[in-house]
Amino acid sequence: MIDAIYSGLQGLAEGIRHLDAYCLVMLAIAGGLFYLAVAKGVEPLLLLPIGFGCLLANLPLSELMHPGGVLKTMYDFGIGNELFPLLIFVGIGSMTDFTPLLANPKLLLFGAAGQLGIFCTLLLALALGFSRESAVAVATIGACDGPTVIYVSNLFVGLGKIDTSMVGALAVAAYSYMALVPIIQPPIMRLLTTQKERAVQMPSSGGKVSKAALIAFPLVVTVLTGIIAPKGLPLMGMIMLGNFMKVSGVVPRLANAGENEIANIATLFLGLAIGGTMAGRDFLTVKTLLVFGLGLFAIVIDTVGGVLLGKLWYVLSGGKMNPLIGAAGISAYPMAARLVQTEGQRWNKQNFLLMHAMGANTGGQIGSVMAAAIMLSVLKGLGLI
Amino acid sequence: MSNQSFGLTLLLVGMGGTLLTLWLLTLIIRVLTTLLPPPKPKGSKPTP
Repeated sequence: MIDAIYSGLQGLAEGIRHLDAYCLVMLAIAGGLFYLAVAKGVEPLLLLPIGFGCLLANLPLSELMHPGGVLKTMYDFGIGNELFPLLIFVGIGSMTDFTPLLANPKLLLFGAAGQLGIFCTLLLALALGFSRESAVAVATIGACDGPTVIYVSNLFVGLGKIDTSMVGALAVAAYSYMALVPIIQPPIMRLLTTQKERAVQMPSSGGKVSKAALIAFPLVVTVLTGIIAPKGLPLMGMIMLGNFMKVSGVVPRLANAGENEIANIATLFLGLAIGGTMAGRDFLTVKTLLVFGLGLFAIVIDTVGGVLLGKLWYVLSGGKMNPLIGAAGISAYPMAARLVQTEGQRWNKQNFLLMHAMGANTGGQIGSVMAAAIMLSVLKGLGLI
Repeated sequence: MSNQSFGLTLLLVGMGGTLLTLWLLTLIIRVLTTLLPPPKPKGSKPTP
């Protein structure tokens, strides 16, 4: 009897006996994610479920990421086959208004300059000894686009080229830096521009856009992507589907579902499953630190690329382009555009850059997905995927 | 192919391809907005 009670108590103490340093550090990391999400409001939609997934997966004797476990089931159901990131893209498309971009299409070029970080980070990651596939996955943090990072990295997981555990580090880095754009970008914007350049007033883009053009736009982009970079068609196709549903105006229920229910459910499951991949022994490595360092580098270079194109444009236009607009050429929408507006007004109270910045920002959304699509197509051409 | 060549290939083809594709898209948007202009506001007189 005494032996039975002792054995029973031993069973209750199993969890405590298996509590090791890895568990404690990962629980602290989960706590850090909760702090950022709850107390600081940093990307709470993603960081809260990622943090909870991390918590669940790292408690001693947790079996949630074992075959049949709930987190593993979510992972296999929607991350392993890349369904959840694509469903989130439907929602992003439904939420995006391309009117400022269509009114001033040249702003789309900022969306290309804002991807410079992807390719420079790739070179740096290769120099640091990352495998080619890992380097590509890390470089996509420069797309400033969480679902793109998860999509590309999972493609390599599916091919057995990178570890599942790396997806968690990449996703957390991508979403954290996206949220930190208002802290990362302003010093770079100020460093690279003069006060005179920052104060440049830009006239209203003014041009109205017809509904027919707004409806044709997602179809044209889908066809163009399908022809030039078919490997990225799932990404661009889902964004444009969401946008087409919205601008067509004939399926408001579907557009609302894409923007709300579908995006919300996919975000919850994606966050939990990604958090579940953050197993302490695989996550707490030098490689994870390097991923975070490279992610920061990628976003800094994105901003540098956009602002430098803005400066070139400033010179070529005879001082009519405010180079700050270039910083909005990334995919963090609409945060980057609002930041440009705030920064522009700081130096000239009469400055209203928001619509121009929104055009560059939606250009950044298209640019980030296009860059990933082109990169995947080049990799296919090189025989890597 | 060395890692350096691989990285430079992706930098040139990837960044160049992205720039070229988005530039092409700006041209397409211009054509779209020209072919599909916004309706003129009611009450405006037609230009002679």
